Amino acid sequence: MNINLKIWRQPSDKKDGKLHDYRLENVDPNISFLEMLDILNNKLVKEKKDPVAFDHDCREGICGSCGFMINGRPHGPQKATTVCQLHMRSFNDEDDILLEPFRAKSFGVIKDLSVDRKSFDRIISASGFVSVDTGKAEEANYIPIQKSNADEAFLSAACIGCGACVAACKNSSAMLFTSAKVSHLALLPQGEVEQADRVNKMVATMDAEGFGACTNTGACSAECPKEISQTNIARLNREFVKAQLGSFIKKK
Amino acid sequence: MVWFYHKAYINMNDFKLNSNAPNGELHTKWEDYKKTLNKLTPEEANKYKVIIIGTGLAGASAAATLAEKGFNIHAFSYHESPRRAHSIAAQGGINAAKNYKQDGDSVMRLFYDTIKGGDFRSREDNVYRLAELSVNIIDQCVAQGVPFAREYGGLLDNRSFGGVQVSRTFYARGQTGQQLLLGAYSALSRQTNSGKVSFYPRHDMLDIVTVDGKAKGIVTRNLLNGKIESHSADVVILATGGYSNVYYLSTNAMASNVTANWRAHRKGALFANPSFTQIHPTCIPVKNDFQSKLTLMSESLRNDGRVWVPKKKNDTRKAVDIPEEERDYYLERIYPAFGNLVPRDVASRRAKEVCDNGQGVGNTGVAVYLDFKKAIKEKGEQFIKEKYGNLFDMYQNITDENPYKTPMKIYPAVHYTMGGLWVDYNLMTTIPGLFSIGESNFSDHGANRLGASALMQGLADGYFVAPHTIMDYLATENPDFSNKTDQKEFVDAVEETEKDIEKIMSIKGDLVVDEVHRELGKVVWDKVGMARDKKGLNHAIDSIPKIKEKFWKNVSIPGSDKDMNQELEKALRLKDFIELAELMAYDALDRNESCGAHFREEYQTAENEAERNDKDFKYVAAWGYNKNGKPSLFKEELKYKNVKLKTRSYK
Repeated sequence: MNINLKIWRQPSDKKDGKLHDYRLENVDPNISFLEMLDILNNKLVKEKKDPVAFDHDCREGICGSCGFMINGRPHGPQKATTVCQLHMRSFNDEDDILLEPFRAKSFGVIKDLSVDRKSFDRIISASGFVSVDTGKAEEANYIPIQKSNADEAFLSAACIGCGACVAACKNSSAMLFTSAKVSHLALLPQGEVEQADRVNKMVATMDAEGFGACTNTGACSAECPKEISQTNIARLNREFVKAQLGSFIKKK
Repeated sequence: MVWFYHKAYINMNDFKLNSNAPNGELHTKWEDYKKTLNKLTPEEANKYKVIIIGTGLAGASAAATLAEKGFNIHAFSYHESPRRAHSIAAQGGINAAKNYKQDGDSVMRLFYDTIKGGDFRSREDNVYRLAELSVNIIDQCVAQGVPFAREYGGLLDNRSFGGVQVSRTFYARGQTGQQLLLGAYSALSRQTNSGKVSFYPRHDMLDIVTVDGKAKGIVTRNLLNGKIESHSADVVILATGGYSNVYYLSTNAMASNVTANWRAHRKGALFANPSFTQIHPTCIPVKNDFQSKLTLMSESLRNDGRVWVPKKKNDTRKAVDIPEEERDYYLERIYPAFGNLVPRDVASRRAKEVCDNGQGVGNTGVAVYLDFKKAIKEKGEQFIKEKYGNLFDMYQNITDENPYKTPMKIYPAVHYTMGGLWVDYNLMTTIPGLFSIGESNFSDHGANRLGASALMQGLADGYFVAPHTIMDYLATENPDFSNKTDQKEFVDAVEETEKDIEKIMSIKGDLVVDEVHRELGKVVWDKVGMARDKKGLNHAIDSIPKIKEKFWKNVSIPGSDKDMNQELEKALRLKDFIELAELMAYDALDRNESCGAHFREEYQTAENEAERNDKDFKYVAAWGYNKNGKPSLFKEELKYKNVKLKTRSYK
């Protein structure tokens, strides 16, 4: 198959970017999308041109490094799939394919399709953990956990932190990302003790990082490559209200 | 002992490798030893600076734990976040001798399985400690909120893995590595929040700095702006993973590399058993020339999947059209006791054998079937979906075939490297003050690693071993918090790194880095892969220097080194892979026996099993770097006091 690529090229966050056209011919439909970009980049290097920068690493859909907009959608057209797991058979011969970086105030462009997502780490650092020092844990089977809760916690914990939710959201909100971590720990007895403090701090950090507010449009979970459910957002809101009420009553 | 090597660099013949394992009873050794180690209070620890390279399972867990103890941690990663480390891709699970299933498991049994699985080429003391600590890991992870799979009664669930007959593997669907890494990452994030950890994202470590023979710092390149910097500390820990990407195609992440280890090796750290590389039996086969990496299908699938090929050679019928009686379930046939759950090296070699024999399937004939029909019929599709759902989806996504309906096609691929920097019982390399943990060291898996043991080792090293031994080391060092990067050793190291980069940038040849890497990978896979022989290894030793020359004469790096430059990053990694490849061939050639993953065609039994030679090769091969000329071999004799050396049998 032949394809026509329009790729956002931007040398750095301080310089302006623009779209460049590239054409690739005889692309094997069974290669992955990133392998297609590898081919393009090899071609560019051969022509002594600067290859397209993009983040990627595991190429198994789990590390969360990859991700950019393909024809206006984070990670492209296939549901529940990261860019690295997307294959060229999802496109048609002579398709125009538009590639842009994730756009959000809190994700600065580093170069071309690579963006800075360190704000996510800061949200986790704020309180996305259980405060237990190494060696101070009790016997693992001491507290049984209902299987349905453990399973639900796992589904929330499966977030890969790629940032597609933010890119999909018209408000650039990080609610799905933040709520997935809040939910994961709220669903387990180990996370319960610090729950109120956790949700307060994580939400405050999310706001301070410049992410927008959530208006429940659901674009985030629709585009999430790991299908993190919107229920997480409801759970965060409940935890947040509980925490706020708790501190209000304490003050009284 | 280890001191000696550095002080008498020239007189290396006198140098003897000592594991520094304490004496005493195997089962109390570690606990007793721990009591004798020097301790520092958090106030004292606060005077020390620790550098950790790599923040995967081993690095993140060590960083968090040392920070909890009061040390000031400077953690470096080429990723933007610790959560991107390749530990995240581990699928199947983590072993622990909890004996929750009451199936007769014990620390002793896990110890024995691991030693035997490694084909008696690992150190007894280390492996016992690993088995002992396995139970603490599970406790720690559960306390952090790692959502392991549970039974309906609310207790933790287990499954079986290759090479063992008990059920001791803890898991979180097919994403155990992800959940464990996110646990370690959360512990690390907590310490970042408290200010004890400074994280340096997108930094490649390009050299190690030694002062008076001790590791005192590193040289890094900031991947965003190309800036070369040095950093000083009281101790340096390498947690930089494995080097499977020397084969170009492997299941490792694209950027996984040997550079940190190789630079340490060039500065005097011995590299142990470099040719012990694990070929994982269940990967999605190579489909075309553009393939950039291989994808693993967790070994846990062999719990319910049955491996087979057609009995007839060159059978082009579809799997469904081949009747039961014309299928060869070769693992079940050859190994009735372990069946589909034989260890990885055995399963891989047998797959190669049937394919070489013309029984392979698929377009290329280089694949075997992994069939779930029986399990789906007996346990239901829902059961299979719950256990392996994400793996099945991933398979379908990549191959465009539905594994619920047709059997998976699989073939072995490089997956893990048992070899790595030589370390003693304290996990210290032959450079004092340089520690190596997790996959980056050689320590616990011998000639073959059992499934679900990599996560166990990474976390045992990071949470429970290194923090004690590093504290002990530091207690004997005067803390020096001052920035020493203007010292000569640091300035020289920076200069040398800058020179290397300048040289690579100035080549301006015609070859893309990947082209040279692919060529290297082909040689290493063909000659130092699943089966090796003297002729092939000599061929590799001849041809690798030619690839090296090609690299230094004809590679092409566009753009500037003062900018984000992903081609330059690749080139800097490849130059070290090339040198490592040569060492791997020397190591494989030296070892005139077959053991575990190291299969020398010349040394096999009548039944095509590995033929070990304990009389002559019961040692760890630790190699020293020589700038001009062949590497020097140092041997650490392995002593077995608690297990009897046996021929490994899974029949």
